[in-house]
Amino acid sequence: MSERENILGRIREALKVPAPLPGLPQFSAAVPADRKPAPPSAREWLPSVGASMAEQFDLFARNAADLKADFQLFASRNELKTALLKLRDTEKWSRLASHGGNLTDFACKTLGLPVMLTDRGYDVQEMEKCDAGISECDALIAQTGGVAMTNRSAGGRALSVLPPHHVVLARREQLVGDLPAAFELLQQKYGADYPSMISFITGPSRTGDIERILVLGAHGPKKLTIFAV
Amino acid sequence: MSTFVSQFKTQATEKSGDLRLRQFIRTSLRGYEIARDRRKGAFQNWESARQAAAETKWEAVNHLDTHLESLVAKLEARGTKVHWASTGEQAREIIAQILRDKKARLIIKSKAMTSEEIHLNHALEKEGFTVIESDLGEFIVQLRHEAPYHIVFPSMHLTRDDIRDLFQKELGNAPSNTPEDLTMVARRVMRQKYLTADVGFTGANFAIAETGMISITENEGNARLTAALPKTMITLLGIEKVLPRFSDLALFLPMLATAGAGQPMTCYNTMYSGPRQPGECDGPEEWHVILLDNRRTELLADAEQRDALHCIRCGACLNVCPIFRNVGGHTYGTTYSGPVGSVITPHLRGLQEWKHLSNASSLCGACTEACPVKIDLHHHLLQNRRNASAAEPAFFERLAYQIFGIVANEPKFWWLAKKLGWLTQPLHGAVKGSAIDPAKAWTKTRDLPPMPKETFKDWWRNRK
Repeated sequence: MSERENILGRIREALKVPAPLPGLPQFSAAVPADRKPAPPSAREWLPSVGASMAEQFDLFARNAADLKADFQLFASRNELKTALLKLRDTEKWSRLASHGGNLTDFACKTLGLPVMLTDRGYDVQEMEKCDAGISECDALIAQTGGVAMTNRSAGGRALSVLPPHHVVLARREQLVGDLPAAFELLQQKYGADYPSMISFITGPSRTGDIERILVLGAHGPKKLTIFAV
Repeated sequence: MSTFVSQFKTQATEKSGDLRLRQFIRTSLRGYEIARDRRKGAFQNWESARQAAAETKWEAVNHLDTHLESLVAKLEARGTKVHWASTGEQAREIIAQILRDKKARLIIKSKAMTSEEIHLNHALEKEGFTVIESDLGEFIVQLRHEAPYHIVFPSMHLTRDDIRDLFQKELGNAPSNTPEDLTMVARRVMRQKYLTADVGFTGANFAIAETGMISITENEGNARLTAALPKTMITLLGIEKVLPRFSDLALFLPMLATAGAGQPMTCYNTMYSGPRQPGECDGPEEWHVILLDNRRTELLADAEQRDALHCIRCGACLNVCPIFRNVGGHTYGTTYSGPVGSVITPHLRGLQEWKHLSNASSLCGACTEACPVKIDLHHHLLQNRRNASAAEPAFFERLAYQIFGIVANEPKFWWLAKKLGWLTQPLHGAVKGSAIDPAKAWTKTRDLPPMPKETFKDWWRNRK
C-alpha cells in the first residue's frame, strides 16, 4: 500500500469517532460528523471599513501610514507624472524593473530611465541591480492598507520583492473595502484559472526579530510606495 | 526519573532564576500584548470571529480525508509533485532524494516548524548539503546551533549585544549593535545566497482544499524570494493545515496576524497553486509538496483532543502563559513549546515520557482564552494527566491519597492529624527546605503559615 493510502486509511479510521463541535458545553453529546457549520461570513466581524469610497480611501491612507507605506491618491495622470518624477529625482534612480501594463507603460515612458521588463523572462542578477520595481496590482484593500496582486498582474514573482523599492500603481476603482471583497474579486477574476502566485502585500518588508524592534527592509523592499489615480 | 523530566526540572530551575532574562522576555511580551489588544479591539466582534474560525477548522479536520484528496488533486493538476510521508524519517528521505536528483548543493529555507519537528537541517547537513535559514530569527539561532526559542519569535531570548557578538564571530561583520545595522548584515549575506541557491524550501500556514493552494504568511519577504528564485521549490506541511475554502483566508489571515504578533495583517500572505505555469515569467520549474503525518493521525484518533489539530501555530498561548514566560522555550525540550506544545507533544512523542509537561501549567486558562481557534488547551492538559495516570498509576501518589481518604473520613484520625501537625510544625523549621525535609519540593521556595493554636471546632465549642 502506498503512504497515501496508509495515511488516508488512518484518517478515516480516526474519524469514525465524531468530535464535539467547538464552543459547545464540555460534556454535551457529540455532534454527528456530517453536520457542517454554516460557512463564516467574516465581513460582520472583521474591522469595519465605512460605506463610501471617500471613507474607504481615508481608511486606506491611515492604515498604509501605520504600516510605513507611502500612499498618494491623484486626480489625474498629470499629477501622477509629477509625483513619479519627484520620486525619481529624490531617490536618484538610474535603473528600473517593470512589466507591460497600462499604468506601468505610462510610468516607464514618463521616467525616461533604462527599464528591464520581466514579461518575457529576465536575468535575476540584472533585476538585483535595479533601484526600484514598478508594478500594477489587482486591488487596494482599505481594511488593511495593503494591496493584492498576482504574478500575472504584477510582473512575476520577484519584481515586487527583489528591488529595494516597490512602487505599486493602481486605478482608483481598484479599491475594495475589506478582505472578503478582495477574495471575491480574485475568485471572479481568476476562478477558472488562478495564477500560480497570489500575494497580499501589507506594507514594506519588515522584521522584529531583534529585541522585537521594527526594522524595514528585512529581505524584501525597504520602501513601498502606492500611487492611485 | 526520565531524562526529559530531569532536563525540564534543571532547566526550569535555572531559567526561572535568571531575573535579567525574565525581565527581558516580560518586557517584549508586554509590547506584544498591547499591540494585540489594540488589533483585537479593531475587530467588530473578535469572539464571533474566534467561534467561526474554530468551526471552520473543525469542519476541515473532521473531513480531513476528503479535503486532502481535493487539495492533492488540484495541486497535481497544475504540475505540482505531491508526496506523502507517514514519518519524519520518510519525509527526510523524500527531501534528500529530491536534492540528490537535482544535484543540489545550497538550499535556502524560509521558516518551517515542521522541518524543526523532523530535524531536517541536521539530516541534510550530514549528507553534505548546505542549508541556510533565511528568516532573520531562524538564521540567528542557526548560527548559534540552537533550536528556536519560540515558534513565532525564534530569537526573542537574545539581546542586540548577543547578536552583534554572534555576527562578529560567525560572519566577521557587525558594524554596531543596532537592530537596523544587524538586520542589514543578514540581508546582504542572504541576497548572495538567494542568487545562487539550487533549491528553495518552505513551510506552510494553510492549505486550501477548494483551490489547491498553499498559503504562506511572513513579514520579511524571505519566503517570497525562496518561492521565486531557485529552480526547485520544496514545501513541507503537516496534514492538519487544510482549510476548506479560498475565502476562509479572509478570516484566518487577519486572525493569525492579530493573535500571533498584534498586526492587522502580516506583511506578505502568499498563495501558491503550482510551479511556474506556461506564459509566466519566473518561479520554480518544479514544486514538490510533502504532506507529513508524523503521528498527527494518532492525535486525530483522540476525539476528545482532536481540536488540538486546529492549531494555526500563532504562538498566542505561549505569549500569555505564565510558565512559558518564566521557564522559557528551550526548557520544554520540544519543537512546539508552551501550552499547545505541552498538549500535543505527549501525542506526538509518547505520553509517559512527556506527561510531565501536563504539569507545566498553572491551569489558569489564559492559553484557552488567547487561542484564536478556541482549542480547549487547559482541559487537554488535565486530560493528559488523567490518561497518563490511568495507563501507569503512580504508586506513592495513590497510596498518599488513600491514606488521606481514610484520615479525612474519620473524625478521630482527623483530630489526631491536626494535633500532630501543631506539635511537629515547630520541629519542621529545623529541616525546612533541606535534603532531609520530606516536603522539600514544596517547602524550599514556599512558607506555610503557622498552624493556629486553636482549631475552628474548638473555637466553636468554647465560644461564649
